[in-house]
Amino acid sequence: MAHGTEQLRVRVWRGAAEGRWQDFDVPRRDNQTVLDVATHIQRRLDPTLSYRYACRVGMCGSCAMTVNGVARWTCRTHVSRVCGGDGRLELAPLANLPVVKDLVVDMAGFFDKWRDALGRFQGDAGRHEPVARVKPDSPARRAADAGVECIGCGVCYASCDVVSWRPEFLGPAALNRAWTLVNDERDRAGAARLAAVAGDAGCHACHTQGSCTLRCPKQIEPTAGIAGLKRMAARAALRGELDEVDGGRP
Amino acid sequence: MMPARDTRPQGGPGGAAQDGPGRSAQGGGHAGLRAADARSAAAAARRWYVQRLTAMAMALFVAVHLGVMIWAMRGGLSAAEILGRTRESVGWALFYGVFVLLAALHAGIGLRAVLAEWTPLPARGAGLAGDAFAALLLVLGWRAVWAVTWAGAA
Amino acid sequence: MSADELRNDGSQAHGGPQAGGARGGMRVNDRRARTHRGWLAFAVHRVSGLLLAVFLPVHFWTLGLALRGEAALDGALRWYETPIFKIGEWLLVFSLAVHMLGGIRLLLIEFAPWRGMRLAWVGAACAASLALSLVFIAHAWS
Repeated sequence: MAHGTEQLRVRVWRGAAEGRWQDFDVPRRDNQTVLDVATHIQRRLDPTLSYRYACRVGMCGSCAMTVNGVARWTCRTHVSRVCGGDGRLELAPLANLPVVKDLVVDMAGFFDKWRDALGRFQGDAGRHEPVARVKPDSPARRAADAGVECIGCGVCYASCDVVSWRPEFLGPAALNRAWTLVNDERDRAGAARLAAVAGDAGCHACHTQGSCTLRCPKQIEPTAGIAGLKRMAARAALRGELDEVDGGRP
Repeated sequence: MMPARDTRPQGGPGGAAQDGPGRSAQGGGHAGLRAADARSAAAAARRWYVQRLTAMAMALFVAVHLGVMIWAMRGGLSAAEILGRTRESVGWALFYGVFVLLAALHAGIGLRAVLAEWTPLPARGAGLAGDAFAALLLVLGWRAVWAVTWAGAA
Repeated sequence: MSADELRNDGSQAHGGPQAGGARGGMRVNDRRARTHRGWLAFAVHRVSGLLLAVFLPVHFWTLGLALRGEAALDGALRWYETPIFKIGEWLLVFSLAVHMLGGIRLLLIEFAPWRGMRLAWVGAACAASLALSLVFIAHAWS
């Protein structure tokens, strides 16, 4: 395959909140992923570069970072897809998360929001009770199944402008997680979870920009789940269920 | 090195109670914010469906209004034309009276979101500003309806 | 893409500062993350909504001039004959139409059975609004 350039001009963020851009020349190859590029830099050009990866085959989501302005998994991003004849690549850390060093971000806040969205299954059956019989094709189970494949890579969260504009916004991943649980007939959190995900820090802050749905590497559609949460929250509010959870305060 | 902003929300209904070991220990700086949001979950839900309901209703009102405007504005617009239609009309008074109410509610809620996201105003301030704007539209709008239906000299 | 331009928050990154305009030590997205139809729909919806919000008080105030009599209202309406107001009128009708049609898309996304982001609506709504606003102008200026 012929290329416009034989070298890639790669601009990489170095530092943390403050730092600089550093340029590298990386040989361009056929079937090259952006992860290959980052690895080449770290192994051959500058061992002080910090970046994350694990499985390198598109299963773990560790390698998520900003490539030419867009959040992606580097192991699943072919250089030829994002880099034209000019051979320029820009690698930056994910947006909306504190930068630890170079291309590594602190994911703690991202997962704290899962907790705040009550993104944890709460069942009441013990080991001595029979296994729950859940119809796989019920609408609720299909809705849940559409979102359960999330591996918490942070691409959706990093792609969301509402997260940038409202730092307390739970974000698409946490809300998608909550959506899978409110649709789980075995879960008992009920109105408490709805109260946790409703509000201007929750589903009601979503403006359907759809960056999350566009960028999710697992083709999950958080926008759909968030719309569902809006409907459920409205129904609960009309029935006064949210007021009860909040202690009766409007 | 600049300290990274702590985006982690704290507290909230059930949030704090659920945690076992391993929860990040952070100061209570965000606890108040999250708790306030939690209390207002029902209020946010109500704002959401009021905005959607007013939107659906206004689709009809806008269709009628645009239709009337396109039909009425052939060759320009004059006060006589407008007032000839609206003067002493209960129908138009009701139509535009309701339209103003719907628009005021819808715009107030919409503006609240824009202010909260795009200006330095805190959530409460954005809410108050949105409500104030809704009140302004209501007052000016109903005054206008009154002006073109029953008030004023010829 | 120019390697010298680092568009985050619209600020130019130099040697020193954060990753091109970070906020609170975090990177924020720039235009490159926003060039997709769903985002365009959001932007058009918000801008049109703001334009309408700015317009409505003026509109109500103008009509309220009828309280002072027909002549007062006519006086104001004559302002609207000037070219800049004519363009404003077109923009207004366009804003109203596109805000409504975009809003209907959102209502479908939020209430109708899920059928994706309904991106085809975005172009269709813009085209229909353009057509509608041109029809309006054609009628009004005839």
